[in-house]
Amino acid sequence: MLDYTAPSTVEEAIRILAEASGTAKVLSGGTDLLVQLRSGRSKPDVIVDIKKIPGMSGIRERDGAFVIGAATPGAVIGECEALKRVWPGVVEAANLIGSTQVQGRASLAGNLCNASPAADSVPALIAARAICVVVGANGRREVPVESIPTGPGRTSLKPDEFIVEFHLPKRPPRSADAYLRFIPRTEMDIAVVGAGISVTLDPGGLCIDARVVLGAVAPTAILVPDAAAALIGHTLDETALAALDQAVRRACKPIDDKRGTIEYRTKVAGVIARRAAAIAYERAGKCR
Amino acid sequence: MSKHHVSTTINGEPTEFLCEPQLTLLDVLRDELHLTGSKEGCSSGDCGACSVLVDGRLVCSCLMLAVEVEGHAIETIEGLARGKDLHPLQRKFLEHAALQCGFCTPGVLIAAKALLDRNPNPTETEARYWFAGNLCRCTGYDKIIRAVLDAAAELRGERASG
Repeated sequence: MLDYTAPSTVEEAIRILAEASGTAKVLSGGTDLLVQLRSGRSKPDVIVDIKKIPGMSGIRERDGAFVIGAATPGAVIGECEALKRVWPGVVEAANLIGSTQVQGRASLAGNLCNASPAADSVPALIAARAICVVVGANGRREVPVESIPTGPGRTSLKPDEFIVEFHLPKRPPRSADAYLRFIPRTEMDIAVVGAGISVTLDPGGLCIDARVVLGAVAPTAILVPDAAAALIGHTLDETALAALDQAVRRACKPIDDKRGTIEYRTKVAGVIARRAAAIAYERAGKCR
Repeated sequence: MSKHHVSTTINGEPTEFLCEPQLTLLDVLRDELHLTGSKEGCSSGDCGACSVLVDGRLVCSCLMLAVEVEGHAIETIEGLARGKDLHPLQRKFLEHAALQCGFCTPGVLIAAKALLDRNPNPTETEARYWFAGNLCRCTGYDKIIRAVLDAAAELRGERASG
């Protein structure tokens, strides 16, 4: 017997989650959850819709930093010009999730908590050093996005916890990010490989900070410090790109499936990382 | 099982219904409210046959619980024509023969309206990407795209292309 409730405060939502006698599922956009309900893969006793809680949807800018409500639809993220200017990679990653229709509902929190290794927004958020604000019966905690997924379909959230918002930090000058994924068509597919890269350049075009994150090549999105180290201290030259490519391929632990073999995914990861790095450098060079 | 009371607006008409929590908006539109223009294709958000607008935003009605529409405004294919006057998109679909079996057409028309409401002058590429979530097995899409771009030109007040 499924029940549905749409609390109007965070406290009420936590209480419902903490006191639920069976399985409770948090609903934001629902584009994954409804498919799972339909197929019987998810059989919750209660659905807790967080969209009636103020602040769950919408984007706020504070001194150059951004706060994105957990249930903000992808389409709203794509329409936020200020966010697009500062975090183009996060926006393009969020906008790659599904169709126009799916973009009307799908959220960052849903993409993260569905915990697919191929989730498009997750590598970009991790590359951006995004923090998520988690609330639960034990209070509020701020944790990096990479601490949430623990494996396919699994997260580190306790049953009474949910994400209320994402924080994206203020950017130093000459910083930009990019996200690229490989799929065998142009739209409506699941990443074979994804790469989110964020860089900061010095006035001479030398990389002084970088984050490289891969999707769909391990049980969760993976941060690859060796790949970032290959970029730091270099301009976008062939030596740096070759070192990036190699570090990325070393970090891949993909599965063999219908979307790609281990060898194929590993090779493509290097290529996609090179291309994402080139886009991030180009964007950063244009940012004062 | 307890039913939820939901108040919404559908095609401008205040509407109320009772529904079980697991029902999708599509289930209620078709089976409860008898608005059978929205079609059930895949029920997984891939085909777009169930497309509707919620507060002007294009969504798959199979990917929303009916209870979620409380307080929101829904537009379905039934609201597109004004009485016997077809919407320009509907006329252009007939002129260009942009449908064969017609199963995808209500969803495509609603998606087309959402596109033109946002972007009155889309390029062919923009239109093709916009419709990535509307599958059509009959037309090969070319006629759909031509009809949409022609309707856009007419709505902008330009001479319709021959």
